[in-house]
Amino acid sequence: MTTHKAVLIARGIGKTVRSGDSELVILRDIDLAVTSGEALAIVGASGSGKSTLLALLAGLDTPSAGTVELDGNDLFALDEDARAELRGRIVGFVFQSFQLLPALSALENVMLPLELAGRPDAERAAREVLARVGLGERLQHAPKHLSGGEQQRVALARAFVVRPKLLLADEPTGSLDAESGEGVIELLFELNRAAGTTLVMVTHDEHLAARCDRVLRLAAGRVVP
Amino acid sequence: MLLRDWRAGELRVLAAALAVAVASVTSVGFFADRVGRALVRDAHQMLGADLVLISDHPWSEASAREIVRRGLARAEAESFISMASRGAGDAERSQLAGVKAVSGGYPLRGRLRIAPAPGAPDAPAAQGPAPGSVWLEERLVAALDAPVGSRIRLGAAEFRVAAVLTLEPERGANFFNIAPRLMMNLADVPATGLVQTGSRVTYTLYAAGPADKIRAFEKYAQARLERGQRADDLESGRPQVRDSIERAQRFLGLTALLAAILAGVAIALATRRFVERHLDGCAVMRCLGATQGRLLALYAGEFSLLGLAACAAGCLAGFGAQQALAGLLAGLLQAELPAPTPLPALQGFLVGLVLLLGFALPPLVQLRNVPAVRVMRREAGAPRRATLAAYATGLGALAALLVWQSGDARLGAYVVGGFAVAVAVFTVLAWVALRTLAAAPVARALGARRPAVRYGLANLRRHARGNAVQVASLALGLTAMLLLSFTRNELVDAWRRAAPPDAPNRFVLGIQPDQLAPVRRFFAAQGIGEPDIYPMVRGRVIERDGKPVSEKDFQDERAKRLVEREFNLSYADALPGHNEVATGAWWAKGGDPHQFSVEQGIAERLGWKLGDVLQFEVGGEPVRGRITSLRKLRWDSMKVNFFVIAPPALLERMPTSYITAFRVGPGGERAMNELTREFTNLTVVDIGAALRQAQSIIDQLISAVQFVFLFALGAGLLVLYSALVATEDERRREAAVMRVYGASRAQVAGSQRTEFLAMGATAGVLAAAGAAAIGQLLATRIFDLDLPPSPLLIAAGPLAGLLLLSLNAWLSSRKVLRASPALTLRESA
Repeated sequence: MTTHKAVLIARGIGKTVRSGDSELVILRDIDLAVTSGEALAIVGASGSGKSTLLALLAGLDTPSAGTVELDGNDLFALDEDARAELRGRIVGFVFQSFQLLPALSALENVMLPLELAGRPDAERAAREVLARVGLGERLQHAPKHLSGGEQQRVALARAFVVRPKLLLADEPTGSLDAESGEGVIELLFELNRAAGTTLVMVTHDEHLAARCDRVLRLAAGRVVP
Repeated sequence: MLLRDWRAGELRVLAAALAVAVASVTSVGFFADRVGRALVRDAHQMLGADLVLISDHPWSEASAREIVRRGLARAEAESFISMASRGAGDAERSQLAGVKAVSGGYPLRGRLRIAPAPGAPDAPAAQGPAPGSVWLEERLVAALDAPVGSRIRLGAAEFRVAAVLTLEPERGANFFNIAPRLMMNLADVPATGLVQTGSRVTYTLYAAGPADKIRAFEKYAQARLERGQRADDLESGRPQVRDSIERAQRFLGLTALLAAILAGVAIALATRRFVERHLDGCAVMRCLGATQGRLLALYAGEFSLLGLAACAAGCLAGFGAQQALAGLLAGLLQAELPAPTPLPALQGFLVGLVLLLGFALPPLVQLRNVPAVRVMRREAGAPRRATLAAYATGLGALAALLVWQSGDARLGAYVVGGFAVAVAVFTVLAWVALRTLAAAPVARALGARRPAVRYGLANLRRHARGNAVQVASLALGLTAMLLLSFTRNELVDAWRRAAPPDAPNRFVLGIQPDQLAPVRRFFAAQGIGEPDIYPMVRGRVIERDGKPVSEKDFQDERAKRLVEREFNLSYADALPGHNEVATGAWWAKGGDPHQFSVEQGIAERLGWKLGDVLQFEVGGEPVRGRITSLRKLRWDSMKVNFFVIAPPALLERMPTSYITAFRVGPGGERAMNELTREFTNLTVVDIGAALRQAQSIIDQLISAVQFVFLFALGAGLLVLYSALVATEDERRREAAVMRVYGASRAQVAGSQRTEFLAMGATAGVLAAAGAAAIGQLLATRIFDLDLPPSPLLIAAGPLAGLLLLSLNAWLSSRKVLRASPALTLRESA
């Protein structure tokens, strides 16, 4: 592992939110490093802080303490726009609730990150990836006309279309039945292998976690052995 | 649950909209009920009573007794023309005076006003002159050189001049009073010896009292009228005053309608948002076993509770507002307002409930249909947008209620129908415009360089349906604002123009053909200017399409009177300036002489149509012609108007006198006296008092109307607000997803700005067109006013749309960008 460069390093991450008069500690003093090509699973019970950690690793939220280094960039030393730009360039996302935009077709959803980056070949690239996830025939369908499994495959296509260095997945099978979930996971690992992407996946599914190179366990906001 | 939902905000908009609608409808209802009744009473003041019986011979003792027997107030007057004089020998001055001898109690409605000297401030008088004294009109004081305190002779008696008469109610109602007024006490008439058998005297009986008793007495009197007797009520009074009152009531009715319908839109939008935010909660409740009926009952109950509270608040606000209104009108309504009745509050309450049922229920029903599976898949069971058809019942019920409330079916039909058409047209046009804008070459060129712009334009197309609804709502709100700010002012200006301050205040009648040139010279010498002088020929209508015309052919009292008396006919080659041909065509000079142009209103009343052949009897000779045009004219312009005009070739051989109307400034009285001295046969009629009265009525009505407009303005603002926040949730989520995928702040803001600006421009253009069209429709069809299209309005619409949506884009971007994308996505997940 030490021969590989670390893509993602978190040091002393903490997150506290105010809830009325009291302070609620969601994460406390988390350290982690993920090297290029590695697959890391973050597991823990509900409320253990795993989704919050993922959001912080992506710079979608700001920590109360600590730093995150993404591909050599100190994430929270950058301003919001620089973080967004960095995300757009090297990070792909998959959400439990898919987060496809309902007004956009499957193709347009996949084109979105490329369009935002001003890539002229957005449509061609999006078609290619959609064909790879098996939705080449359903390009113009709106999300509501796709099954859950299909929607998550569109989301996968959207995540991989920018050829990210790092893929962040938040309970990618959480909203799917076992069969569709299995299909999506197979596809995810396959794409990951083919592109050599680094994967950080939040899950409560031990079976799924076991397929990753390493597992990080959280309980009440702390890393537990 | 109500409290929790209240905090979430959508219900606040809903409650505010309901309260505004109810307050507006209620306050206007109170206005129509109280102030409207008082206005009619004020108009009666111009008659001097609620009912006036006029006869050319003395009224029987029985008629006079009947008035008192029925519990009505009674007054009497005798009017005749007689010579009044002062001084003796060479110093003697005399002047023909219009004598009116009045009993105690006169006038029953309105006030007499008198001044201690010509030009001095006047004050109301409790009743007419005391026995032994007379009041003289200013003209008569000047003509007789009889100041207050001097003595004058009238017939065999002598009287002390006690005051200068500045205003008498009937002077406004019938300004063709020939000679300057001398008012005296009825008890003094026998002493003058002027009223003998065969004297030309008009005997008037005045009655006043509660409306139902007046109606009953009028029916009784009408049945017993003899030859030479007639009854006058408000209907037969001056059309000009009636016009003003009707117009004010229409303005108010329109405002209430507008406020109610706008509130309906705001309610529909707010409920829709409420529904969208409650879908998940409903899905969960369905999972937990709540039946469809149970869900509907739950939310319908919540809405009803809220609705009742909002309606009650609206009623209270409406009552408060009408008290303020009454304050505004304090000067106009000379006596106490009639007490408010509970009916307007009930009507307002009903309007509120109909709004709630008609506009909140259609979207609310969607909640019932939420499938439980939505808990698993959010995309499931997204509600269909309620179509206009779903609101049809509500619109229909609202229209019926409003028509009942405003008592004007035509206005109600125009506003409700126009509203439904506007929504449909706005939605379709907005959809087409947004799709076209997105694909326009200019937009593409712009978008090629700026990804944010490109993305925003793409969104325009992608969101075309939702955006079209939003743009239509915005356009509706903006239309209302434009109507209320621009069109309202224009209508009000047009209304004021209808009775301009430079309107004529004197009529001169009876100018003979050989006096035309000398009279013109006199006017030029006095610096009054070149007056428009019109020929006048008197004739009675005897046949229409070969069949004799008789007053028995008509039910309508005014129609009966019109055909009974002689018409003032005129002739001209060119259409008089303040006339307008409504249908048919004006004749060419030198064409067929057998033509008539008839005023539209009288043609309608008498059932005359274009193409009918009329025969008049003029100076014993039949004059025949075909109606080839119907004219529209403004009675409140105070200009010389004629019901019937013919080409000169038809009438110029007939006995003709001339009439003119013009304006004299202060101090013009001397010139008028000189005119009557030089041309003794001329009659000068002073309509200045009537004009001032009309103008002050209009001014006060306008200020009342402006006040009520505030409600509609409030409702319009609520529509705009609800339309703007309607898609806020969706846009926030979209922005969060964009941010996750690397969009910069500028990209998110830029794409929103592009989309919003395009929507703002579209909504603005639609609103300007809508306001202009509705304004035209209202001006011509309802208010009967001329309203030239305003370039300012055309510019203001799009500008307002752009400004509003830029502001919204800025606010929305700020909100969207401030929220952490992680939080937004978690909330929407």
